[in-house]
Amino acid sequence: MIPFSYARANDAAAALQFFANGAAKYLGGGTNLVDLMRETIERPARLIDVTSLSDSIEETADGGIVIGGAARNTAIAEHRLIRTRFPLLSRAIVAGASPQIRNMATTAGNVLQRTRCAYFYDNDAARCNKREPGQGCDAIEGFNRYHAILGASSACIATHPSDMCVALAALDAVVYLQGTEGKRTVPLSDFHRLPGDRPDIETVMRPGELITAVELPPKPMAVNSTYRKVRDRASYAFALVSVAAAIKIEAGVVGDVRIALGGVAHKPWRAMKAEAALRGQPATDVSFRAAAELELADAKAQAHNAFKVELAKRTIAAVLTDLSGDAA
Amino acid sequence: MSMFEKARETAQGVMQTVMKKAVEVAPDSWMPGGVPDPLIAAKHGHIGRPVSRIDGPLKAKGAARFAAEFRLDGMVYAALSYSTIAKGRIADINIAAAQAAPGVVLVMTHCNAPRLNPPPKFLSQNKAAGGDDLPVMQDERIHWNGQPVALVLAETQEEADHAISLIEVAYAAEPAATSLSEAIGKGTETGSFMGEPLHNEIGNADKAFADAAFTVDSVYRSPRHNHNAMEPHAATIVWEGDRLIIHDATQAVAHTAWSMAQIFDLDETDVHVTSPYVGGGFGGKTLWQHQILAAAAARLSGRPVRIALSREGVYRIIGGRSETEQRVALGSDRYGKLTALIHSGITPKSPNSALPEPFIVPTRSAYAVDNMTLDVQVCTLDMMANTFMRAPGEAVGTFALESAMDELAEKLGIDPIELRARNEPDKDPVGGVPFSSRNIVEAYRSGAERFGWDMRNAAPGSRREGEWLIGMGCATATYPYYRMPGAAARITLSDNGRATVDFAAHEMGMGTSTVQTQVTADRLGLPLDKVTVRYGDSTLPGVILAGGSQQTAAIGMAVMSAYNGLVGELLKLAGNDSPLAGLKPDEVVGINGGLAHRNKPERFENYASILTRANRHELVADGTPPMPFELQHWSMHSYGAMFCEIRVNAITGEPRVSRFLGSFDCGKILNPKTAASQFRGGIIMGIGLALTEETQFDERNGRIVNPSLADYHIPVHLDVPEIEIMWTDIPDPHTPMGAHGVGEIGITGTGAAIANAVYNATGKRVRDLPITLDKLFR
Repeated sequence: MIPFSYARANDAAAALQFFANGAAKYLGGGTNLVDLMRETIERPARLIDVTSLSDSIEETADGGIVIGGAARNTAIAEHRLIRTRFPLLSRAIVAGASPQIRNMATTAGNVLQRTRCAYFYDNDAARCNKREPGQGCDAIEGFNRYHAILGASSACIATHPSDMCVALAALDAVVYLQGTEGKRTVPLSDFHRLPGDRPDIETVMRPGELITAVELPPKPMAVNSTYRKVRDRASYAFALVSVAAAIKIEAGVVGDVRIALGGVAHKPWRAMKAEAALRGQPATDVSFRAAAELELADAKAQAHNAFKVELAKRTIAAVLTDLSGDAA
Repeated sequence: MSMFEKARETAQGVMQTVMKKAVEVAPDSWMPGGVPDPLIAAKHGHIGRPVSRIDGPLKAKGAARFAAEFRLDGMVYAALSYSTIAKGRIADINIAAAQAAPGVVLVMTHCNAPRLNPPPKFLSQNKAAGGDDLPVMQDERIHWNGQPVALVLAETQEEADHAISLIEVAYAAEPAATSLSEAIGKGTETGSFMGEPLHNEIGNADKAFADAAFTVDSVYRSPRHNHNAMEPHAATIVWEGDRLIIHDATQAVAHTAWSMAQIFDLDETDVHVTSPYVGGGFGGKTLWQHQILAAAAARLSGRPVRIALSREGVYRIIGGRSETEQRVALGSDRYGKLTALIHSGITPKSPNSALPEPFIVPTRSAYAVDNMTLDVQVCTLDMMANTFMRAPGEAVGTFALESAMDELAEKLGIDPIELRARNEPDKDPVGGVPFSSRNIVEAYRSGAERFGWDMRNAAPGSRREGEWLIGMGCATATYPYYRMPGAAARITLSDNGRATVDFAAHEMGMGTSTVQTQVTADRLGLPLDKVTVRYGDSTLPGVILAGGSQQTAAIGMAVMSAYNGLVGELLKLAGNDSPLAGLKPDEVVGINGGLAHRNKPERFENYASILTRANRHELVADGTPPMPFELQHWSMHSYGAMFCEIRVNAITGEPRVSRFLGSFDCGKILNPKTAASQFRGGIIMGIGLALTEETQFDERNGRIVNPSLADYHIPVHLDVPEIEIMWTDIPDPHTPMGAHGVGEIGITGTGAAIANAVYNATGKRVRDLPITLDKLFR
């Protein structure tokens, strides 16, 4: 760990002001950032503790929910309105990490967590374009069982590790940002970037911007939603493939549907193609499988993760079948 | 292999031959008294009771002091920098920034490290403890990816870690052997283990196999595994003049003391190693570079040093289990009687490691078969020295052998348990000697009944609940009984009726101190609270390894020897005025706080009375057990019948063990609570071996890619179902207390039981561990 200074911000304005002094990082629960600092992958000169900022979880007038950037994962997963209106979000959060980590991890920190690619972590010996653009990628010809099958580039095949963000992507969540130039919002699905030739740039955030909240817009269909995570052990493992989905079926036909995938790409992967293909189609196993095939049509596997393509298709279809219940 | 090594192994082979000859002419009554240990017959003692661990409350309160918890005046903290190439040399190392960093006391590299002798490699001499015998920071040579290249001492751990990150090393890399296939291409040689070649031949296995009515012939693979004890390796070290004191986390205190003396040119008595508590050993807690480097740095700096490896550090500089590629070919007649057994394969080792993974060892004594070829070929890789890891050989060897037996059973249409029963040997097929105690058929029978084996449908894929395919599998567990030479014990009996027993053994969480308190109390006829066990200190008697599942037997025999001496002395002291007058040592037993005639309990005098009448405050008796000739007379092993029920998700392939039962035949069980915990722990490790654990070794540069508990998957609680444990409790008349080892056997057979259950659930035969979901797509 490299020496750093520490300051606690009591509100967003103070946080932004501290940041203006440069080379800083906002600190939430520290469950990812502190690990990366220990590995000297992150080397901030200054940490600005933003855990005193809003951690509220509040209902909006139209039936949505706004979650403060400092809200702890556990608080979100246990919240009554989230469990009843957005059950996939509760399930996604409890599918991740461990209770101790979820007690610490914040909303904003979860959205900003970095890949668990082992070569990204091996600061001493491995090449990584995410750590140092242009250096090369040791994962491409190395161990890549956990790596991306969608949207990867020749520079980077890392995945985004969050479970929560997969649910947020399916829910059309909106990220609230605040910077010195003012406030703005970005749909979560547009918030993370694909790697391209700059995998070091992971989001559309501008320097110094702070995530103050995440909004879940009202979504009545989300009462029929779930999150399924497929992994190598029953707990405390990152997703090989995960699926967050919500579906509304009317008279045996898909009225509306939301699908997002985890463990397959550099960002939470909103399955827009599959969604579009399903709307208006009969809610049958055949339709679900066809939609999954379509979504994965462009998948490109690495040496060790070809199984993920089929696994993703099956898991999408199984989740949708499960949510369809007797309607399918 | 060097000429020196070859010569040494030849010498060891000669010793084995001499021993065997000596044994042939030795009387069968080599054991004290020539009769079974009297404790086997004792009915109402502490042995066999589920006594809770005496160290439990201390650990629950955090009061048990582990190696990294000794706090010494002026102590500084160590951090290590590890090489990033597998072979070559350090061309340049820049330590200026590290030396100038806050709190730094010392930066040590090969340029300023004191001159040290290489560590004596484990098994090369009887007190050798080194994982390998490479020089430690003596020159610019790099031997593996992860080798320590610099050590920093600083006033705080954080300062040491920071300074380490400032060290810049330039390497001149050389071509390294890091690819298994290339290493095999360069040639292999027959492995050697415990002084004997890993090669056995009886009859003509190739011919018998070719002639067999039914055959199976497959290749099984197991990956590398790394040690992940809950307590990462650590030591706190101080020099007091020329005396070296090491508070270590070790399973070999006396070995470590002697080995450190060799390395630092000290008298053995000037090295004092303590290890009161160890947070798991499993074969990995021996002498590695961290203790040596920390001792060297402590000497250079004149300060006490604490070194506590990070989890990554454990992966970089502590050996693990090497990978194996094993062929098992079985031939049988149509009734399932084995006619041919071939178990052969390849395992890589580092040029300097002490161990070729000896995967054929469990096969030697497994089945009655007249034609057998067993062979371990070894190739060398430039890698961290591989080492002992819970049941080295047996853990992965039984996976291959017992999977193959399941495959043969299916081909024959015979129940897998029945197939094993039909091939039960009446003597050791390789050694030719009788078994000392082998009740594996009974373990299977009782286990099958309890588990509900009759509910199994032999047709794969025939049971399904929702998305889940359910299957059952079984396999044989086995691990040798060892009793290594060198043990000793001292009993001190006080005139207040208390006894203290001392031996240089280890408590790594197995329950050693508790069980030996029970055993000693029974031997002396004392209540538990009158017995104090002292261990974990190299100044105590004996050279006792907590390894090979032999510590309990080694201590047990040593205590028995000390007890016999003690009784002789007590009878002398008792003299002619005692009710014991005229009795011989083998006519009395320890009971009710004193000695009594074996058959006439009224002839009794208590210890306090004997000592007081003799004007003795205390009586000390040292015991050195006889050589382990029992191992030459009999084929001695622990056994188990393992039963697994698994659920495999038909959509995702996820395998999850839903039930497990281990039915063991391990002699007399001394403490049901601690023994069950050992069995369960082994089985949990076996679940990891079967389903999740794999060290990712990048063949491009020999680097371990997943050196963390996040990426190296050991089973978590949710992966572990209720595990039922039962045992025959049939004592072995040829061992102390009638007991066999229980520490390692749990991991054996488990991999095959799980793989066989997976096959029964899905019809997929996975021969390549770990059995991850991608291998189970239908």
